[in-house]
Amino acid sequence: MMSDSGEEVISIRNLWAGYDDDVVLEDINLSVKALDFIGLIGPNGGGKTTLLKVLLGLVRPYQGEVRIMGKSVGEGRQHIGYVPQSVEFDRSFPIRVFDVVQMGRLGRKKLLHRFTKEDNQAVIKALENVDLVDLKDHSIGDLSGGQRQRAFIARAIASQPSVLLLDEPMASVDPHASSNIFELLREINQKMTIILISHNMDAISSYVKTIGCVSRKLFYHAEKAITAEMMEAAYQCPMDLIAHGMPHRHLYEHSSEEVGKV
Amino acid sequence: MIQEMMKVLQYEFMQNALLAGVLVSVACGIIGTYVVLKRIVFLSGGIAHTAYGGIGLGYFLGINPLISAIIFSLLASFGMGAVQRRMKERADTIIGVMWAIGMAIGIIFVDLSQGYKADLMSYLFGSILAVSEMELFLMLVLDFLIILLVTLFFKELMAISFDETYALVRNIPVDWINMLLVGMIGLTVVMMMRIVGLIMVIALLTIPPAISNMWVKDMKKMMIYSVLLSLTFTFTGLWLSYFWNLTSGATIILVGGTAYLLSLLGKSIYHRGTRKALILTK
Repeated sequence: MMSDSGEEVISIRNLWAGYDDDVVLEDINLSVKALDFIGLIGPNGGGKTTLLKVLLGLVRPYQGEVRIMGKSVGEGRQHIGYVPQSVEFDRSFPIRVFDVVQMGRLGRKKLLHRFTKEDNQAVIKALENVDLVDLKDHSIGDLSGGQRQRAFIARAIASQPSVLLLDEPMASVDPHASSNIFELLREINQKMTIILISHNMDAISSYVKTIGCVSRKLFYHAEKAITAEMMEAAYQCPMDLIAHGMPHRHLYEHSSEEVGKV
Repeated sequence: MIQEMMKVLQYEFMQNALLAGVLVSVACGIIGTYVVLKRIVFLSGGIAHTAYGGIGLGYFLGINPLISAIIFSLLASFGMGAVQRRMKERADTIIGVMWAIGMAIGIIFVDLSQGYKADLMSYLFGSILAVSEMELFLMLVLDFLIILLVTLFFKELMAISFDETYALVRNIPVDWINMLLVGMIGLTVVMMMRIVGLIMVIALLTIPPAISNMWVKDMKKMMIYSVLLSLTFTFTGLWLSYFWNLTSGATIILVGGTAYLLSLLGKSIYHRGTRKALILTK
């Protein structure tokens, strides 16, 4: 499932989306190339999650075109390795880490087909990638926050996707585990495109290759730093990134509530 | 006591009752596991009560109420299953309304029917001692159907119970699998109706898996333990009700309820113990 660098993996053109009469995303254009590592940041309610749901086919856009590996969303989403926020899970659910990762193999086959040796090898390989093989027979609820996040990354990898799509991977993970996960993602990125959504750009800015900001519109120039022009248009983004990108400037941080009511 | 037991065991109604206990426990332990894990207890309660509409219809049309209850219960399952999937926001309200309407329809149909209605109460509160051979056969068939379907779709059912969104994104036919599950709940509910009655179905469906969930960390084991627990409660309740001359359905539920409370207590003591051990080793 590896793709050559530069090849277009996801293309979004003139996308408008929202819920009923509530427009959340306005004229989004994005071209994701193979082996990109994009961090999408933005204020709460800015549309990050809606964009993610459009890519997963969970929200139908008002208009615009989304192609994943040249296919429609419904078909193309099988190439996306989705890693949801691990906080949402029921910790008393009686399921082993191995079984969770094995779910990544579902959908590759028709109903009524059993898992094959090949499936199980892919599961073990994914577990090796995230360094969880030793815990494969443990219950998912017994893992720490960081380990659980790695298990969900393994599940996504097991489906051998072209793109890894992560939703707030650092939520409920302590700082040490979080840097471990980023090292892991950097490694995975050698072979796989990654899109990561986070409201905490402090954490992601030193790891991702490029950063975009979603705040109703998408401000993305396939660069790591946010330009002053982008910033002005999307000033709801937290300010420390700009300070990070251009250290000579001193900018203070807004809280998202403060600027939410413009 | 033992002698008395042996004597009672020779009655055909007692043999039938015990057999019914076994057959119903199988379905109830397997399906109850999904109900508890997928957190659809309210939906299942709705299906159980709506099935009363089918009982009333059976009386009204003069057909076996069990047959009309199966049809009614399946319709309720698919209807409520669709509501649950499509209307995320007010699903519980709509299911609550359907629940009440189903029961009301049953009561009105019973009002409109002629003749003897004394055994109506047995559908509401159960009467395991009055299970007929035809009903036992029906239970056996439903058990086979449920075991077959759960075996065939085990991984898909597990996926939609654990993480429905992920299953959807992986292009698993989530809608179909959901309908399959609620359909099986509908069938299980009708079987259980004879044992504990419609009103208490939800207790026997959820107590055994809720207890198993406290102690095991594997879904298949959880199902097996739930079946065994359900069987234990049914048999114990049945014996107690026989010797003390109590309503069997209610006695079964109270045995289960007591076990649940004891299990909660045991779990908290166990946790305190492991915490202490953890602190000591550190």
